[in-house]
Amino acid sequence: MTTTPLDKPMPVKKTGLSHNAIFWAGFCVVMALLIVAPLVLPEFWRRFLTEVLIWGLLAMSSDLLIGYTGMISFGHSAFFGLGMYGAAAALLTFSPPNLWLALAFGLIASAVIALFVAYFSTRLRDIYFAITTLIFSQIFYVIIFTWTEVTGGENGLNFRRPPLAIPGLFSMQFNSETMHWFVLAVVTASYLILRRVTRSPFGMVLQSIRENEPRTRAIGYPVERYKIVAVMLSGLFAGLAGVLYALQNRFAAPDFIFFLVSGEAVIFNVMGGIGTLVGPIVGAGFFLLMRELLSRLFGDQFPYLIPLGVVFIVMIIFLPQGLLGFARRWLNR
Amino acid sequence: MQLTAILYGIPWDQVLIQTVNGIVTGMILALIASGLTLIFGIMDVVNFAHGELFMLGAYIGVVVLATTGNFWLALFIATLVVALLGAAIQIATLRPLLGRDPLTTILATFGVSLILQNYALWQFGPVARKIQEPFSGHFTLFYLEYPWYRLMIAGLSAAIIGGFWLFLKYGKFGIWIRATTQDRVMAEAMGIPVPMVHTVAFAMGAGMAAASGVLFGPLVGVNHTMGLDWVLKAFIVVVVGGMGNLGGSIAAAIFISLLEAYASIWVSPAQAVIVSFVVLILTLLFRPTGLFVPTPK
Repeated sequence: MTTTPLDKPMPVKKTGLSHNAIFWAGFCVVMALLIVAPLVLPEFWRRFLTEVLIWGLLAMSSDLLIGYTGMISFGHSAFFGLGMYGAAAALLTFSPPNLWLALAFGLIASAVIALFVAYFSTRLRDIYFAITTLIFSQIFYVIIFTWTEVTGGENGLNFRRPPLAIPGLFSMQFNSETMHWFVLAVVTASYLILRRVTRSPFGMVLQSIRENEPRTRAIGYPVERYKIVAVMLSGLFAGLAGVLYALQNRFAAPDFIFFLVSGEAVIFNVMGGIGTLVGPIVGAGFFLLMRELLSRLFGDQFPYLIPLGVVFIVMIIFLPQGLLGFARRWLNR
Repeated sequence: MQLTAILYGIPWDQVLIQTVNGIVTGMILALIASGLTLIFGIMDVVNFAHGELFMLGAYIGVVVLATTGNFWLALFIATLVVALLGAAIQIATLRPLLGRDPLTTILATFGVSLILQNYALWQFGPVARKIQEPFSGHFTLFYLEYPWYRLMIAGLSAAIIGGFWLFLKYGKFGIWIRATTQDRVMAEAMGIPVPMVHTVAFAMGAGMAAASGVLFGPLVGVNHTMGLDWVLKAFIVVVVGGMGNLGGSIAAAIFISLLEAYASIWVSPAQAVIVSFVVLILTLLFRPTGLFVPTPK
């Protein structure tokens, strides 16, 4: 996907603050802002920010494939949607509804699906990988859409939000602030895990697959196995985003398995900057904010995707690194 | 004994009707897919917006038909307008991406498809439009009154594809297109205006998609989401038939449409789609170069 060569290790400057200190300082500032945000923002923007974080997590999960492994997935909606339905299944079958069971079910569902998809699709490269993942997500879409008895078909499933509880310690109902903090905690943890993964030896192999697959194979890495694990990991985090979205909105619907959702995840990536992990969240924020502004300015019926689509294409041509592309090197150091 | 029981269990009349149906949709699909495979073959672009061009063609057909009342004029104008639009899209979005990673062109055409689809929704609304059939004769096929128009679609699609093939084989521009497909750099060295060949090839693919949209309009309603279904099917056909292989795409289009038609005897059409998905996945696993091409040496 990328056109830049593997980032070379920069010579560490001895003067001034170290890169690490600046990174963590910036991280803490952003975290502090996001923690305080629900206390100052009105209800609408509080929910909006939470949704940005959730979509950002979805986009971040697909960044592991697009930005680090060089595979564009158009099938992330399947993992996202299966996460939603997994959570719904847990919340509807167990009473009282349990948050952790919902998380576990959603993650298991998306991981199983991700393994299945990964096993077949990773044998193919480039365009074929994109098409295969797209087709897989459409298969799940058709199955869920037509299997009305179990999945509710077109209407999807509605459920109540479980309480935020740790057994034996405490239990409280979610409100929009605690929901935001919960989502923020999960997304932050996911970011730190993914950041660690991309900087680990495993992540290095993924990046070497992106740069030169035959060469990586020649060195002796089992490329297929690495790719399967990458798709699974990515699908797992996409499923996590799905669980969060289900919890936030209290429903699971087949629309979210349709491949346009995967397309939006890819758009968030390109807009924010692939291969940066934070870029996709910024991209999601940018996209959703633009959408909100456009529909406020021109009314709800305004086809916001027309101007946003133009922006997207212009960015592909003139700004292929995305909004955070300039910081890519720095973020990955 | 067992075999005869199975043979009696198959509803042969339905099988025959579905064979005809399958061939008709197969020819439409072949018309769409041959444009897609041409575009892929010549410039390594997977055109995500192909289904939207098909859909726009159908809408322009609706508009022209409403104003003039002439189906053939609608077919001609829709093809021409969408071909010009295709040329504009190619110049604006794909030409700057030439030489970059082919995956960026998927993203760009995906953006184009979003724009076109939302434009159609905005302009024409969510209610499906109808294109009147140019003539409404029927003939009896078992218990059905089968419209002649459907057979005519198949014939007309075949004629367009045939004309296209002749053009590629003998036309000067067709030879340029084939030369560019084989070796872009060498073709350029030989003085072929490669950027223009790309644009014209894209425009032709777009025009063919639009023509199939107008032809197919009378069979189903025209709405803004029809492109999505068809672009997926066309992807499947192009991959199963072998990317950039015209003959293979036509064979694969008919093959897949027949399979789906037969499957829909027993399951709902929505679920019959899964059959073609499965065919695609099996093809990719066992013969990734395509089912209908000779084994590469």
